[in-house]
Amino acid sequence: MSNEKVIQVEGLTKMFGDFTAVNDITFEVNKGEIFGFLGANGAGKTTAMKMLIGISKPTSGKAKVAGFDVFKHAEDIKKNIGYMSQKFALYDDLTVKENITFFGGIYGLPRKRIKEKSNVLIEELGLEQVANKLVGSLPLGWKQKLSFSVSLLHDPKIVFLDEPTGGVDPITRRQFWEMIYKAANNGTTVFVTTHYMDEAEYCDRVSIMVNGKIEALDTPKKLKEQFKVANMNDVFLKLARG
Amino acid sequence: MSISISNISKSYKKAKALQDISFDVKPGELFGLIGPDGAGKTTLFRVLTTLLIANEGNATVAGFDVVDDYKSIRKNVGYMPGKFSLYQDLTVEENLKFFATIFGTTIEENYDLIKEIYVQIEPFKDRRAGKLSGGMKQKLALCCALIHKPKVLFLDEPTTGVDPVSRKEFWDMLKRLQQKHITILVSTPYMDEAALCDRIALIQDGKILEIDSPEAIVKNYTKQIYNVRANNMYLLINSLKEYEYNHSVYPFGEFVHYTNSRTDFNPENLKVFLESKSLIDIEIKKTVATIEDTFMELAK
Repeated sequence: MSNEKVIQVEGLTKMFGDFTAVNDITFEVNKGEIFGFLGANGAGKTTAMKMLIGISKPTSGKAKVAGFDVFKHAEDIKKNIGYMSQKFALYDDLTVKENITFFGGIYGLPRKRIKEKSNVLIEELGLEQVANKLVGSLPLGWKQKLSFSVSLLHDPKIVFLDEPTGGVDPITRRQFWEMIYKAANNGTTVFVTTHYMDEAEYCDRVSIMVNGKIEALDTPKKLKEQFKVANMNDVFLKLARG
Repeated sequence: MSISISNISKSYKKAKALQDISFDVKPGELFGLIGPDGAGKTTLFRVLTTLLIANEGNATVAGFDVVDDYKSIRKNVGYMPGKFSLYQDLTVEENLKFFATIFGTTIEENYDLIKEIYVQIEPFKDRRAGKLSGGMKQKLALCCALIHKPKVLFLDEPTTGVDPVSRKEFWDMLKRLQQKHITILVSTPYMDEAALCDRIALIQDGKILEIDSPEAIVKNYTKQIYNVRANNMYLLINSLKEYEYNHSVYPFGEFVHYTNSRTDFNPENLKVFLESKSLIDIEIKKTVATIEDTFMELAK
């Protein structure tokens, strides 16, 4: 992890009518950091993330993502980030190879580059045997890993993951975290939104949102010490219940 | 027995969803079915609630056979499916009234059973169910599943997608329901919820890996687990996997859970090895197994 900042947020606020969904949040994320963005249902994390990925305009405040301003250069942000939703978003009716080619094309990669990437990716994931099979027929764990790799196809500076390992079996889930560590080690920043507290334990630092505000931000270790509890679940319960 | 399952198998075309499943749930027990998506949890629930017929084996619920006496079972069980299945266009109160009427009862008759839960959503009783938050939907669904005072309650992943605060409240509610002599079979993909059950079955790929109390399952894990930490997680994992005689290497939050296959394993040697990989701030400490460690060992 380096000290280069890839996300800089200052006083970011989003209002819907009288309701303040995101209330004056400020934080920074480093290059190569695994950053956990936590909060209860309705705490404002989805709204905050939508602003960061350039699909929702903030009401006020400042934010720079991958070097681009969220107000002025939202389109550039989209080109420089990857996104993986908790809901599987590849095409079930396309094969593994076709999905890779399709998303490579969407991201504007040259044909030759897509071919190279495709081969490397299939080999790394051990999907050689099923490369020409429809994605819909794969087990959930493989789909999730493929989906993560696809979100990294265009070598984004930051990848946003929304509850990446919910429901996945414990062994596959760990293979998934190994992939995340590898990406982070290569300098990709990983921004994980989740309310699974055991996912939070894997992050370098986590922030916890309560009612639109960031109420805590530190390493899991320090947060556990600060609240004198054994795990992130209890940190969360203490904060969210007040 | 409140639930008795013998050699149940169910296939969908080529996929074997359940393979030779057998276990019993005692009256008043809070029994957990713990496993990832696709393990077969929902299929088993559907067989037990008479919505699906198994290919092989038999089962009884509240003393009734799931095939021959399916009508009696439907009167005696409550079922909360994993997917929110109430009427989105009806209000909170209308949904509850509807389910009470279907079962030939009234909200008043069994109000004591749902009171504690219902008072939390009562302020929103005129709101349409589709407009409720996740936590409130879940409370309403539980009320609807309880309104006819079932003997056995089936809860299919009630806490999936629910935040930790609502999850905690939900489990507190289950504990209180159990005191009212309702047998509960609950499924979850969260290993940490296993500890809250009286007994659990670990399930993966349609097969039961183990059935016991959570304490006993953890005790059955025989290997010594070490919590290992260093300055670079990625390098640490790769180095541990290279180390001779490693048995398992699993990232576990800020640590890696490491086990070694030799009985004379010395952590000091491992430390020297990790240092040779230019890792620093190395920490190796003994730790105890969790349900998740056991699950992975059995599924390996």
